[in-house]
Amino acid sequence: MAIQVNSIRSEFPILHQEVNGNPLIYFDNAATTQKPKMVLDAIQNYYEVDNSNIHRGAHTLADRATRQFEETRESVRAFIGAKESAEIIFTRGTTESINLVAKTFGSTFIQKGDEIIISTLEHHSNIVPWQMLCEQNGAILRVIPITDAGELVWEDFEKLLNPKTKLVSVVHASNALGTINPVKRMIDAAHAVGAKVLLDGAQSTSHLDVDVQALDCDFLTFSAHKLYGPTGLGVLYGKRELLEAMPPFLGGGEMIREVTFEKTTYNTIPFKFEAGTPSIAEVIAFKPALDFITSTGKANIHRHEHDLLQYAVELLQDVKGVIPVGTAAEKIAVFSFNIQSMHPFDVGQLLDAKGHCCTYWTPLHPALDAEIRN
Amino acid sequence: MSTIADIQNEIVAEFEILGEDRESTIFYIMELGGNLEPFPEDFRKEEYIIQGCQSKVWLVAEEKEGKVHYRADSNTDITKGLISLLIRVLNHRSPKEILEANLDFIPRIGMGNILGSQRSNGLAAMMNQMKRYALAFQTKQNA
Repeated sequence: MAIQVNSIRSEFPILHQEVNGNPLIYFDNAATTQKPKMVLDAIQNYYEVDNSNIHRGAHTLADRATRQFEETRESVRAFIGAKESAEIIFTRGTTESINLVAKTFGSTFIQKGDEIIISTLEHHSNIVPWQMLCEQNGAILRVIPITDAGELVWEDFEKLLNPKTKLVSVVHASNALGTINPVKRMIDAAHAVGAKVLLDGAQSTSHLDVDVQALDCDFLTFSAHKLYGPTGLGVLYGKRELLEAMPPFLGGGEMIREVTFEKTTYNTIPFKFEAGTPSIAEVIAFKPALDFITSTGKANIHRHEHDLLQYAVELLQDVKGVIPVGTAAEKIAVFSFNIQSMHPFDVGQLLDAKGHCCTYWTPLHPALDAEIRN
Repeated sequence: MSTIADIQNEIVAEFEILGEDRESTIFYIMELGGNLEPFPEDFRKEEYIIQGCQSKVWLVAEEKEGKVHYRADSNTDITKGLISLLIRVLNHRSPKEILEANLDFIPRIGMGNILGSQRSNGLAAMMNQMKRYALAFQTKQNA
């Protein structure tokens, strides 16, 4: 089924405007996606009709809000194919999800001299928490290199794996270059040496079918705002046995079972990791965002994005001075490029003057300078 | 020699000719970078980079006969253009004049709207660094 572009476009109020006198063209979806009307309506409806704190109020509003909140958890479970909704933890975003794992799993199961593997394609949020952990406990951070095309060097990854490897934390699809990593193979190889795997799904969950049971990843992290949902909301999926073995992250309400001044016992998962009042409106409004993706069909979205990418590549290959960056065989619909003898900051500013919103980007690979991402 | 106010008025008049067209304004700013005098390679070092700019901007200042002489460079053309405007206004002035200068041409040409907030912060960082040099020279003169 082909995508009905105009009907989908009509669902996004923000697209109906001019920027600097030109119709808005929004290409910065890898940074954040725009929100369809049903998501905006859900936020407004929550505050107008159902606003109340969840899980403890003994009244109708609290009951309604709690039910909707937990319905989203179930939708997320189905969306990523998790075994049970208790394995879905709501956080503030991918960054917090990764930090949660570093602080709780990391401090419990990673010791001095143990090794953590990440790759050159990682976003800062999948680099810094591990550097902080290594600084704290003397673990060692190893980095998988990439080729000029932007693909991980498989042989180097295999060489890095050893019995000291406790965790492989790797991005599923690169935000800068679009590269899709061979994560199933990586997970199997990591498990073979006894390492756990965290998959950063911030970019992949909106474009690819991600089934945590089929992949057998131990953790998956992603953000609602990159899936047409609200900002300030992230997901951490973890296998039950791991989440149960991990200590709590933040202390406060909701995460406790019983508190006395002598001792506190902790709640069961997922609540053990959800201290304090969560982003209730955002969680509730995330469900229609997931429904939007499911009803449009991931396969349809993927096909359409792939066609758009092909179209862009074909048109731009004849434009003098355009240098594509990131040419992996398997990639999501990200087109990164440089323009000869122009700095990407300048290109970005000029494109913005024409109503194009894209990103200028500086990856950590020394062979690449900054680039423009569409 | 024209005053700081005169030069600022000139710049405002030049930008007024460009009108509301953001694209031509940005191209114009990029061209202005060509007016910078060549930057001595010896100074292309970490210690001369202005903190607070997204682009890399190198700035050095020397005092000659009581006046401050600035030289600057950047890795992006827009930023080169911006710092060339600041240098055009403040170059070869006394530290006192520089410290007292009210650089109102920046809001007057609506630079915030043209550049967005991040680049505007960078522009403020460049201006502050120029004033910091002037303050250092003034302190030295009064010592």
